[in-house]
Amino acid sequence: MPRTIAEKPSTSRTFAASRGLSLEDSVPQIDAGAAGASKPPRTFATKIWDSHVVRQAPGEPDLLYIDLHLLHEVTSPQAFEGLRLAGRPVRRTDLTIATEDHNTPTRDILRPIADPVSRAQIEMLRRNCADFGVRLHPLGDIDQGIVHVVGPQLGLTQPGMTIVCGDSHTSTHGAFGALAFGIGTSEVEHVLATQTLPQQRFRTMAITVDGVLSRGVTAKDLVLAIATTVGVGGGQGHVIEFRGSAIKALSMDGRMTVCNMSIELGARAGMIAPDQTTYDYLAGRSHAPTGSDWDAALAYWSTLESDDGATYDREVRIDAASIEPHVTWGTNPGQGAPLSARVPDPAVLSDPMARAAAERALQYMDLRPGTRLRDIAVDTVFLGSCTNGRLEDLRAAADVLRGRHIAAGVRMLVVPGSARVRLEAEHEGLDKIFTDAGAEWRFAGCSMCLAMNDDRLGAGQRSASTSNRNFEGRQGPGSRTHLVSPPVAAATAVTGRLTDPKDLGL
Amino acid sequence: MQSFTTHSGRVVPLRRSSVDTDQIIPAEFLKRVSRTGFADGLFSAWREMPDFVLNQPVYAGATVLVAGRDFGVGSSREHAVWALQDFGFRVVISPRFADIFRTNAAKCGLVTIEVSPEVVEQMWQSCEANPDFHVTVDLVERLLTMAGQARPVPIEMDDYLRWRLLEGLDDIDLTLRHTDAIVAYEQDRRSFLPRTLSHTA
Repeated sequence: MPRTIAEKPSTSRTFAASRGLSLEDSVPQIDAGAAGASKPPRTFATKIWDSHVVRQAPGEPDLLYIDLHLLHEVTSPQAFEGLRLAGRPVRRTDLTIATEDHNTPTRDILRPIADPVSRAQIEMLRRNCADFGVRLHPLGDIDQGIVHVVGPQLGLTQPGMTIVCGDSHTSTHGAFGALAFGIGTSEVEHVLATQTLPQQRFRTMAITVDGVLSRGVTAKDLVLAIATTVGVGGGQGHVIEFRGSAIKALSMDGRMTVCNMSIELGARAGMIAPDQTTYDYLAGRSHAPTGSDWDAALAYWSTLESDDGATYDREVRIDAASIEPHVTWGTNPGQGAPLSARVPDPAVLSDPMARAAAERALQYMDLRPGTRLRDIAVDTVFLGSCTNGRLEDLRAAADVLRGRHIAAGVRMLVVPGSARVRLEAEHEGLDKIFTDAGAEWRFAGCSMCLAMNDDRLGAGQRSASTSNRNFEGRQGPGSRTHLVSPPVAAATAVTGRLTDPKDLGL
Repeated sequence: MQSFTTHSGRVVPLRRSSVDTDQIIPAEFLKRVSRTGFADGLFSAWREMPDFVLNQPVYAGATVLVAGRDFGVGSSREHAVWALQDFGFRVVISPRFADIFRTNAAKCGLVTIEVSPEVVEQMWQSCEANPDFHVTVDLVERLLTMAGQARPVPIEMDDYLRWRLLEGLDDIDLTLRHTDAIVAYEQDRRSFLPRTLSHTA
């Protein structure tokens, strides 16, 4: 378990009450956009919020402007239906973009989709985008893919923006210093109709990770370790700012992995202040600013850091050096442990709700306390998803698989996050490494992360998965999921048991 | 949206915490393109277990679901709210809700109420002892009254949300009253911000 150096409890009532803590002093006052020299120090999340307030009134939520709205086939049909019934257009088609990802096949994209219900939903998105004038990247397009992989690779995700999508992992875009959060279908309809959203102000939380991650420890291990520390509801009502030298040392792909899983801490969003790494990623992308616009953008982006003296409602500190490859043993992302550890004994948990949840999780996962995590055998390995389906993730897994073969009886699916990631990986020869190792090289999509298409586990089957959720039945009814990093996924495929690449001599 | 003032109903005890939206409605049901007809998908995996609480005839017709902490974590799928409503639930009570679920519920008129774990435990024990146990949720007076308990529990709810629920107001209509403010904001947006289409609005 990562060492938590200090944790300051929130002053918020809900948080305090839920942990039996007494109320502390007052919550720091956040001044909503008041002009003048006396403006208190602000976090950069608050700065972005303040600059997007369209309307503010006492006792009402702020009305926020939305700079980018991402759509996919699953959470949008009922929203478009609502627009039709009310006779409303999409207010800003030029701030809206759609792709097909959740429901798409990954084995064969050239033939019509076999499942008629899936096909009807995809066709509905195509019709809606055509009728309302929304840009769509359909199956077969070079910019088709998981919505949270596509936005950044197009350069549409930029610092200081507000970004929403009817998908909880919209928090991914916070890696660029954007305020990005998932919304439901009613809110999708609201944004389509008005390009705004009424939102209650959030509380702020800083997770500071200083030090250096050990060799073989990835952004995924880091965020899984954070989930174990904070718990699945620990970030509720908060926007998290990830800070510290270990965060700054991450690539953009790694930062996206961390922010992606903010929602697994219950947070509304997760963000990292932009820096040279961010600017280098953006420069030259198709929607990144150019010329004098780039200079103006850079000048603005460089203001997006938290002021000295800005306070957070809650702070957590983690020492990067204490983190090992981390995996989950339970049925939510907060039920995890270092891979070197054993399945924990629920009896040691003092909170009755947490104890009952752990007992139920072990029963579902068919695990016994004290079992070495390294001894857990899997049927399937899934490499992909909006958490770990980018090029860096595929490279990290390929580095483990190069010259090796996956174990007999193990199936490994490699599903790139987007068509472009797939193409880039093929340019580097990664597909050959995967197929030579005995893995399946698939087309882009959400795939086995949520098993809406036919990529799924059978009842009782067990996976090591680089995705984000190990909920009961998430990868198919009765499926059992262990969340892992890409290198651990690859090493696990080689041995058939949860494995640290170091155990393969890497 | 249907307005909500007061509601009395019997209670289903869901003795589980971190109930995620994949449990409330699994992904296989999300291929549908309507807003209704999701009742059969509600907790569909758990309903295959004969002893699951929703399979117990004594709780048939109950309209208030009482669950453990962190109800509705995970996916943003509003289908979870639609499924609960289609099944007949008007109110969900938990010590803590996931943000997106709570927002989705508010948009659809499903009332979510946060109470302490002790009150949840008390309600669980009451309805397990007596399936006719019922509660009254009064948003006008902001009180949660439990049958057999003299002292009601105050309901903590944001004033604006309470007003919207009481009036059954539609958010889009409310926002469109401020179109002038939206237009004014749009005129001042930074010029370097990206657009998905080549033409400008």
